[in-house]
Amino acid sequence: MATTSQESSLDPAQAALLARVQPAELVEQPLVTNNRDFAWVTNKICRIVETPTPTWWWVCMAVALVTASFTGLGLLWLVSTGVGVWGLANPINWGWAIVNFVFWIGIGHAGTLISAVLCLLKQGWRTSINRAAEAMTIFAVVCAGIFPLFHVGRVWFAWWLFPIPNSNAIWPQFRSPLEWDVFAVSTYGTVSVLFWYMGMIPDLGVLRDRAVLRLKAGAYEGSSTLKKKLAEGMDIFRKYLYAIFAMGWRNAGNHWRNYEMAYLILAGISTPLVLSVHTIVSFDFALAVLPGWHTTIFPPYFVAGAIFSGFGMVLTLMLPLRALYGLHDLITQRHIDNMCKICLGTGSIVGYAYIMEFFIAWYGANPYESFAFINRAFGQYWWAYVMMFSCNVFTPQLFWFKKVRANAALVWVMSIFINVGMWFERFVITVTSLANDFLPSSWGYYSPTMVDILTFFGTFGLFSVLFLLFLRFLPLMPIAEVKFVMPAADPHGHDHGHGHGDVAQGGQGDHH
Amino acid sequence: MSESHGIIASFADTPSFFHAAEKVRDAGYKKWDTYSSFPVHGMPAAQGQGRSRVPIFTFCGGVTGFTVGTVMVWFMNAFDYPLIVGGQPFFSPVFPFPIMYELTILLSAFGTLGGMFIMNMLPQHYNPLFESDKFLEVSGERLVIAIESRDAQYDPIATRQFLEEIGGTDIEEVSA
Repeated sequence: MATTSQESSLDPAQAALLARVQPAELVEQPLVTNNRDFAWVTNKICRIVETPTPTWWWVCMAVALVTASFTGLGLLWLVSTGVGVWGLANPINWGWAIVNFVFWIGIGHAGTLISAVLCLLKQGWRTSINRAAEAMTIFAVVCAGIFPLFHVGRVWFAWWLFPIPNSNAIWPQFRSPLEWDVFAVSTYGTVSVLFWYMGMIPDLGVLRDRAVLRLKAGAYEGSSTLKKKLAEGMDIFRKYLYAIFAMGWRNAGNHWRNYEMAYLILAGISTPLVLSVHTIVSFDFALAVLPGWHTTIFPPYFVAGAIFSGFGMVLTLMLPLRALYGLHDLITQRHIDNMCKICLGTGSIVGYAYIMEFFIAWYGANPYESFAFINRAFGQYWWAYVMMFSCNVFTPQLFWFKKVRANAALVWVMSIFINVGMWFERFVITVTSLANDFLPSSWGYYSPTMVDILTFFGTFGLFSVLFLLFLRFLPLMPIAEVKFVMPAADPHGHDHGHGHGDVAQGGQGDHH
Repeated sequence: MSESHGIIASFADTPSFFHAAEKVRDAGYKKWDTYSSFPVHGMPAAQGQGRSRVPIFTFCGGVTGFTVGTVMVWFMNAFDYPLIVGGQPFFSPVFPFPIMYELTILLSAFGTLGGMFIMNMLPQHYNPLFESDKFLEVSGERLVIAIESRDAQYDPIATRQFLEEIGGTDIEEVSA
């Protein structure tokens, strides 16, 4: 399209040159394939929550609930007995709890990256995955929050972390990075919820209006009166539930004007937020005077690792959903390619950071620092280092190959490797540095207890429970945003071929 | 029939919807709006609307957050109950920066969402337009322009004719 308009304004010599070199026409893959229309998109996404609950959902929910109960059990055990039930002992006082906290927080980062950073970069492909990724962020933050909350020991005093007056009249100590973390993570959780909710308002309005239309039509199909009544009852429930949360949204141009501005601003402020959160998480380590932790590379390295692990988790979640709900026209190969490429990019940054840490440990000529790193790779936790290095550095390199990216099953397996590898990264950082510190006489070896293991694995159940509820009750994809990147949404009617996304999102003001 | 809220007209596709909006704007109507289930690029200009004022709310939220963060840390750690920790100063603009930063973002976000609600006059319990089935279909793929009867230029017959002229179909009067 850009080529055609240029060609007409060229002088003959240039046109001849252009004909001779025959520049390759790059065809942009459409974001919604098979020429689907608005009605199809709306139906596809809404039917997920409007049709009766599928059997697999109940099975998954049952498994998830049982798994989640492990966390409940582990925490109950911990609170009723004391933090001694975790495998923490001098000198290793940060064990799985902190590892799990950093792991889950990191996973959340991809959601914000997709919804905020890719929005600012005008990446149209983010639209079909951003809602689920944001949900993933929020649920990951919920899982993450559990660990430091209970790590404080007496969880009933956890509110002392917040600047609330208490009977000792002592305030939080703001010179500690741990206190910064309280603010960073709680702000992150809150802003993610606000962003997620605001993005959902128009779609909640759609679900509301569809329920009202069905109730007005009153034609419910079903094998028995009971089933018909049930379907009608569900719509009455939907009509009120979605109406409350849609806040009276009515798709007006004026609404959209303010909404789009608000969305852009939220994307703009979430971008520095997401970068700050994992930076501050890395300060928890980097500000301690401990070899292996006390490095300036931590903030960027943690942020890249977080995005890497988060995209791993997005792939882990979205690929099965795509297959289950038949969303191949909305989550296309182009989407998967892009996600794999981001994994490749951030995974390479992480690999670079691993190597650079070693270089600096040698170049810095600090014997404690160089010991910490040699010990990390070849000491008592060598197996964790091998897991980390092979999963995080080698796995993403396979994404260079188109054949690998096109194989959904393989990509899914690799995304699991990324998740595992990133958990081990946090384990390596947290535990190896503590286990062999300055004084060899105080060295120790950390092993988790059953309580540690139950609590951690249970959080996957908790995450799944929340995610399954999200699938069942809320629109999985932002309908309005998916429509926005479709050719039919373009007000200037470039309804042919390629590049509509560019036009729909391009410069404003060519019409006065 | 009870008193009229306005007239709604549907449009076939996004370009005709967009150009119809420009014509309504040029005809001088003030109390009217476009309705579509997705934001149409450039529609604010086509409707003769200026830039959204939501950023004002964001700015107020951000400034409040930054101030609250700074004053809070100073009050708590340097004024009300100073404690010596690691020989660090009781207050400095440097160490509380993460707090100031996070609170700036937190209150900006609340300001933005609140600003969006205020500027859109939401939450709104009821609007007569919701009584129309055709209007409800906007949530699917229908594109609607509604001119309200409280507009000074509104005339039941002339406005209906005008909407027909600019390509509107399924024209319907919505009662208040």
